[in-house]
Amino acid sequence: MRLLAICLLPALGAVFAFALSGRRFGAARVSTLVGIAAVHLVLVATLWLHPAPAAFGGWMGQDALGLIVLSLTSVLFFATALYAVGYLRRERPRGGRVFVGGLLGFLAATSLVALSQHLALLWVGLEATTFTVAPLIFHRHDRRSLEAVWKYLLISSVGIALALLGIFFLATAQSGAAGRPLLLPDLLAHARDLHPAWLRAAFLFLLAGFGTKMGLAPLHTWKPDTYGEAPSLVSGLMAGALTSCAFLGVARITQVTMAAGMAPFVQPVLLGFGLLSLAVAAIFIIGQSDVKRLLAYSSVEHMGLLVLGLGLGGIGAYGTVLHVLNNGLAKAWLFLVAGNVVLATGSSAAAANRGLMRTLPVSGALLVLGLFAITGSPPFGLFQSEFTILRAAVGAGHPWIAAAMLVFLAVIFVGMALLILEMALGDPTPRATRARESWWLLAGPVALATAVLMLGVYIPAPLQHALASAATALGGLAP
Amino acid sequence: MHTAPQVALLFIVLMNFAVLGTSRLSTCIRAVAVQGLLLGVLALLLAPRFSLHTGVLALGTIVVKAVTLPWFLAWAIREAAVRREVEPLVGFNASLLLGVLAVALAFAIAARLPLPGMQQELLVPVSLATVITGFIVLTARRKALTQVVGYLVLENGIYLFGLTQTESMPFLLELGVLLDLFVVVFIMGIVVFHINREFDSLDSARLDELTD
Repeated sequence: MRLLAICLLPALGAVFAFALSGRRFGAARVSTLVGIAAVHLVLVATLWLHPAPAAFGGWMGQDALGLIVLSLTSVLFFATALYAVGYLRRERPRGGRVFVGGLLGFLAATSLVALSQHLALLWVGLEATTFTVAPLIFHRHDRRSLEAVWKYLLISSVGIALALLGIFFLATAQSGAAGRPLLLPDLLAHARDLHPAWLRAAFLFLLAGFGTKMGLAPLHTWKPDTYGEAPSLVSGLMAGALTSCAFLGVARITQVTMAAGMAPFVQPVLLGFGLLSLAVAAIFIIGQSDVKRLLAYSSVEHMGLLVLGLGLGGIGAYGTVLHVLNNGLAKAWLFLVAGNVVLATGSSAAAANRGLMRTLPVSGALLVLGLFAITGSPPFGLFQSEFTILRAAVGAGHPWIAAAMLVFLAVIFVGMALLILEMALGDPTPRATRARESWWLLAGPVALATAVLMLGVYIPAPLQHALASAATALGGLAP
Repeated sequence: MHTAPQVALLFIVLMNFAVLGTSRLSTCIRAVAVQGLLLGVLALLLAPRFSLHTGVLALGTIVVKAVTLPWFLAWAIREAAVRREVEPLVGFNASLLLGVLAVALAFAIAARLPLPGMQQELLVPVSLATVITGFIVLTARRKALTQVVGYLVLENGIYLFGLTQTESMPFLLELGVLLDLFVVVFIMGIVVFHINREFDSLDSARLDELTD
């Protein structure tokens, strides 16, 4: 029941918010958004205390990996909903009901992905995210956002189509084996009976399909445009929650192939995508002049780290699962702060936003802290997870992968620091004055920053347990 | 009755070449509509016995893929006043050559992927060739509407493969219809959001303001 409520409540909320047409219902729409985000967070929290039984003949259920992604989504959405209260006051966009309805629909679709134990259901959820997020990207209704949403729709619909073909292949691979079709527990239990050639083909197509939605290089080309043009809170949700859900799709097929004993085939492919994403991110981060596009390439980097850890196996899988949380929280934090900057000056270009420490002191400080967090400096959580992945590379006998990773991370740090420090510390443009910073716009980023810091110094026991069991499910181990 | 499905599959490949080799958008749309019709017929021919489910599936396929979407595309062509693909990124003769390579590649891949308990050995290579053809059209053409046609061809290839799964997973094929939602959104995007007015033409290569 709770599993159903977690998916259905935001969906009903989306319909309700969409029905509240007109300006006079603005406050009601925003209250619906925050209210449902809060109830969703409470419902997800109860799953940690009292696990829910599988529902609908095993199609929906909670496991460690899904629960981690679901919790991340719920936390990010709550922080974003609070932020939206302040955001919608400052920039009242056309069609507020489409915006709020789209956000709640996005929450429903991502929850469905996280709770699916059936791969076709997971696919439906991921397809639905594309539809709910498209009107959000096109929010400003101008030429640039039209270009961004067209690119996003075209590329991710091709990705989704390839993933469907991968699911057909997987069903074919299963046709000789026992177990109900496409249900994850049955696939895992009879993984050795799956037809190897079809399973390999299914893995490649699902990786390419869901990898497109994650934004792995070379399938990342939509990412800088989409994140750059979408409202910052939408970019934050996409970079934090949507990519994690798409990663869950990749993780599911990895689970099956690992259980089928195909690690020697799967791992090099994952390593290749991971290293390529790191390299592409490093190349394009140098010389960026726009903070949101910079963060988009940083997202390509972190997606690369996720599949790199998965490909390394062992404690790398643990590092990857932890990194899903860290990257999601930190990315949303930075995008929300970037949103404050854009609200103040109307631009995300670095040249228009020098001297943030003086004009927007709290946001400026959060941006600089975020720079250190996202590049994996201690004591933030990303240091822990990236270091675990690095240790996995050395431990698995791939010193050159560890070396390449270090080089790319160093280049990315320099590139990001150049732009963000210029924005924070440079001389303000003459016209710039100190702007008032609303608490609605700061509460979310501060809460997310606290969470990233906490994950760096202390991981609560239930979370530790979930991380370890998710890593084991992915064919790795806990350190 | 083994020859009837084979003839249908052969015609699907011919329609791929029709899409690759022409600059006229109306020809492309007709070819895609014929493919949709053939997919509906194949859903009937490949079913081991006639049931209500196969009947509804075949009829639904024809209504969506052979009637509604082509009609919608034709309407978009009139609204947006585009008739031809001019200056494709890859020429039409070169595209046809790529199409031949796609068929060869599809047969090579299919040889390594035996379909358990399947009597139609042509089905997998034809489906893969259609998927690759869709890709070629998506990447080699500039107009937004031609790219939508490419996406439809890609989708038809996937749907064709899904026909092998109707017995083990009766609802799986219906998922393919969800992909058609994208097509509807694309066409709505082109017509309602005035992609042609905003960008002066439906040339998606002009959607290049956002670059690094």
